Amino acid sequence: MNTKKWEFTPLQIAAHLGSLIPAILIGWDISTGNFGIDPIRDFTFRTGKAALVLLLLSLACTPLNTLFKFKQVLKLRRPFGLYSFFYASVHFAIFIGLDYAFKWNLIQDALLEKRYALVGLATGLILLALTITSTIGWQRRLKKNWKKLHKLTYVAGLLAVVHYIWLVKQGVLDPWYFAAILLVLFILRLPTIKKALSSLRKRNLQRASH
Amino acid sequence: MIKIKSSEITSKAEYLSRRDFLKTAGIVTAGAALLAACGTDEVPAAPPTQSLPTDQKTAPLSEELTPEDSVLNYNNYYEFTTDKERVAGLAKDFKSSPWTVEVSGLVNNPKTYGIEDFLGSFTIEERIYRMRCVEAWSMVIPWNGFTLASLLNEVEPTSDAKFVRFETLADPDQMPGLVNKLYPWPYQEGLRLDEAMNDLTILSTGLYGETLANQNGAPIRLVVPWKYGFKSIKSIIKIELTAEQPSNFWQDIAPNEYGFYANVNPAVDHPRWSQATERRIGELKRRETLYLNGYADEVAHLYEGLDPNKLY
Repeated sequence: MNTKKWEFTPLQIAAHLGSLIPAILIGWDISTGNFGIDPIRDFTFRTGKAALVLLLLSLACTPLNTLFKFKQVLKLRRPFGLYSFFYASVHFAIFIGLDYAFKWNLIQDALLEKRYALVGLATGLILLALTITSTIGWQRRLKKNWKKLHKLTYVAGLLAVVHYIWLVKQGVLDPWYFAAILLVLFILRLPTIKKALSSLRKRNLQRASH
Repeated sequence: MIKIKSSEITSKAEYLSRRDFLKTAGIVTAGAALLAACGTDEVPAAPPTQSLPTDQKTAPLSEELTPEDSVLNYNNYYEFTTDKERVAGLAKDFKSSPWTVEVSGLVNNPKTYGIEDFLGSFTIEERIYRMRCVEAWSMVIPWNGFTLASLLNEVEPTSDAKFVRFETLADPDQMPGLVNKLYPWPYQEGLRLDEAMNDLTILSTGLYGETLANQNGAPIRLVVPWKYGFKSIKSIIKIELTAEQPSNFWQDIAPNEYGFYANVNPAVDHPRWSQATERRIGELKRRETLYLNGYADEVAHLYEGLDPNKLY
């Protein structure tokens, strides 16, 4: 039994509210009939981007802690990841249900034979696995393997960026900004970089205390 | 599926007379209503507005026009931005007048035209065409323009001329997108001479009866309805007749993905996405993409003996 009290820090509340903003905006546009010129493309794009941003935010928590010893952010990894899965699911549902109206022959042509779509599907499946195993129960059950499994978040981030790069025309820069952020987050996790950063921080702390 | 006939052509005069007709019909109807209100029996039968007088060549429109607002605010014009919905704002102050188009190369009568020369000397017609973007969305647009053939006939291509090359203005002061140096500016496009001479190929100076908006390629652009939209080059400053096949913008960037022909073909997918269907702007359901965008009757003969699978 979970006897822990529900306590939210202001940071957590802000993270939850922030994560819901894209959904609120989309809901607002739908309820006010503000569909834009190509609504399906628009909603597909917005949910996809929200999923990607939240995935990168989830990945940014650990490096943020390494850099600034900001432990609170570690608690945000799971909600960011879960929200990312939520938006990715809506993204997928729009693609299958609205854009292709469940026409399986067309979906087969558009989804299963196109590399950008396959990569997107793979990202979604990873997020699904991570979502299912995100509970404390699964954490206990999988023990050491849980951490290994959840390193797949990085693979998901990489695939999501590749999905984006492969679907735009050459020279469109937006996905490359995400690729750059992902790369920085990767680098910050390299053991040597991590060590250098933490020793740098310690030295600064010592200097500050003198 | 019924196609929009390529020959859905209305001359400017007829286009205007249609409008007059509509006006008259409106007046008649209003008059009729008035008479009816007065209780008079002799109400002149108002012509039914459904059966407008049409050009004999014109088939009834089976596909709805894309709303003008969408045509004006959903543009691929990378000289301004790669964001389709921001082009209109960024192109707002673009100077499309004065404007000249240099027609040169392998022609007997090279000439630099002012935009007003075109409007004066060529018959402006209305042409309702499908526009199919390589990104798998489409529109139906009522263009105003004149056939490229009528211009080419005036400058007289020499017997050596086999291709037509077009070039877009590249002015970094007016076009913020030019800072992206990954692209081989200026935008250029090309057609085979027989494609250029085909009656479907027009130079457009307007749409929906209005002067072409900046974001749609003012003051003059090409429209080649059976090819993917990127062939329909905007804001042309140069038309050159050549013996060699000219290069084109997207082929220069990604030769494995875009070719010279860029004929709409649902059977030939883009290497990264399907071309089998398209999303018509303003419609929810996907449409099946038609071979040569539905203009096979008019242009398929241009490609006899060539493998259509290679004409992407």
